[in-house]
Amino acid sequence: MEARLRVRRFDPESGEGARYQSYALEVPDYATVLEVLLQIREELDDSLALRCSCSSAICGSCAMRINGQARLACKTKVSALAVDGEEIVVEPVGNMPVIKDLVADMDPFWQKVRAVEPWIQPKGPPPEREYLVPHEVMRPLADVMACIMCGSCVSDCTVLETELSLGKPYEQTFLAPAALAKAYRFVGDPRDDADAERLLALSRLEGIWDCTRCNFCLEVCPKTVAPMDQILALRRKAIEQGHEEYLGARHTLEFEKTVRESSWL
Amino acid sequence: MKFAYWPGCSVPRQGTPELRITAAAVCDKLGIELEDLSLAPCTGSGILQARDLVYADTLNASTFAMAEDMGLPLMTICSTCQGVFSQARKRLKEKPDYLAQINQTLEEQGMKYSGNLEVKHLLWVLVEDYGLDEVRKAVVRSLAGLRVAPFYGCYLLRPSAALGIDEHPERGTCLESLIEALGAEAVEYRGKTLCCGYPLVGVNDENSAAMVGTHTVEAKEKGADCMVTPCPLCHMNLDGVQPQASEQRESKINMPVFHLTQLIALALGVDPPDLGFDRHAVQVKSVLDKLGL
Ligand code: SF4
Ligand code: SF4
Ligand code: SF4
Ligand code: SF4
Ligand code: FES
Repeated sequence: MEARLRVRRFDPESGEGARYQSYALEVPDYATVLEVLLQIREELDDSLALRCSCSSAICGSCAMRINGQARLACKTKVSALAVDGEEIVVEPVGNMPVIKDLVADMDPFWQKVRAVEPWIQPKGPPPEREYLVPHEVMRPLADVMACIMCGSCVSDCTVLETELSLGKPYEQTFLAPAALAKAYRFVGDPRDDADAERLLALSRLEGIWDCTRCNFCLEVCPKTVAPMDQILALRRKAIEQGHEEYLGARHTLEFEKTVRESSWL
Repeated sequence: MKFAYWPGCSVPRQGTPELRITAAAVCDKLGIELEDLSLAPCTGSGILQARDLVYADTLNASTFAMAEDMGLPLMTICSTCQGVFSQARKRLKEKPDYLAQINQTLEEQGMKYSGNLEVKHLLWVLVEDYGLDEVRKAVVRSLAGLRVAPFYGCYLLRPSAALGIDEHPERGTCLESLIEALGAEAVEYRGKTLCCGYPLVGVNDENSAAMVGTHTVEAKEKGADCMVTPCPLCHMNLDGVQPQASEQRESKINMPVFHLTQLIALALGVDPPDLGFDRHAVQVKSVLDKLGL
């Protein structure tokens, strides 16, 4: 089968802006976009820069925008996107600075993850032996823990894109889906005792109430994380634990009250 | 062709009454019969779902049960309602235990939901059931020459699994197809599948207005005469918040935004004074002028 790729190229050392370069090559029917990119680098153009490692949707390093949507290149079959040999557009992830070609600077991503203090913070003396946690509580968290930190959700997050377009510096932008999903992983963990502090911090500006529920993170996540659902779970917890004074929380409670009063159920 | 009809809750009823009026006009012209379900409860809009999913699903299951009782599939005219219904429908279909649990509550009201109701937005009905050829035949005032930028609204596209986009790939392009069936030209631009920012109104107005600015300006730059949306909430933002977006960008945007039903009604020969354009924040005169109306 012939694969045709249109790849966004950018080399800071060239002094030129970004440009698009088209490639066409013969590939096996089962080829993934990553395999085609690697073949381009082997056979046609060794200057093409990209990141990858596992080729098995495990390491999270090959996220890029493919036909306008963030996907893992190693999990995306050419044949699924280009049924009739159409050209496939390949660009680096969005919402992050580009270092070269398809390689983005993930620093802002990690900054946000670090900002939610992604480690267990127990209070009181540690137990004598292992912590025991109920299976039913941990089971749903396993889906959240399946995050491979690929950045696809952050790439396509509407609110982050909007704030960057307004010229906000990264440190002041929306925490974005991956970090917020990670925060839920700890709020939902019975071994963690920092819920009150976490939920207070997350309720403030650029936290859980700033998500516009566009469903993009849910749509593009290649794993079972469903980041938006975790953000909604954090909202529920925040309200349950009394963090009600924030605009988003007040709006939710008001809406709920109206529906309950006007419905007959 | 007949449907149980959910016109949307008080938000579009009060915020965009022109939608309801033009939806009725369009269905009347096309011979689509509607059985009103106005007494059904609010869909919960995704907000209630985040507070109490079981309660929200029970409300929507009750609406489904009412439609089933009439023996009719359910039709919506709002991307958000459709999305919320589609998601509820999927949860109830996939988990028989859950459906049984919800039916226990419904039973107290003498209701029951089978789990199999068809729920469709008017846009899908026109493309999938009514057929675009039939729509073309009904056009008496072609919109030829008009360049229209489609704006779907998040919930009519995502999450795609709940909306059946895999089984119905045409749902990803139906708005463009319909625009073309009316004789107009669909403008291609990135914003068409993005979020209008409505959920952030009153929570983060700066971001919400910025989203409106981005989409309306992009549509304008791509040469659109107007935008069209199948979602009243998108309309409330893209049209209603456009003045604030203009202020934010310090330049007048002036992008008229049509409800899907207004655009169809125009092509079906309904006259502009009956389409509720006086309720819009951004005047549509430039579009009517272009069409010689
Ligand atoms: S749902 Fe929220 S977090 Fe997810 S992409 Fe949209 S705005 Fe970002
Ligand atoms: S949540 Fe999903 S999309 Fe986001 S970083 Fe984790 S695996 Fe990637
Ligand atoms: S989803 Fe929106 S328009 Fe639809 S019923 Fe509820 S609040 Fe109303
Ligand atoms: S585009 Fe706007 S109103 Fe429409 S579904 Fe998204 S947020 Fe809601
Ligand atoms: S190469 Fe590891 S996830 Fe794609």
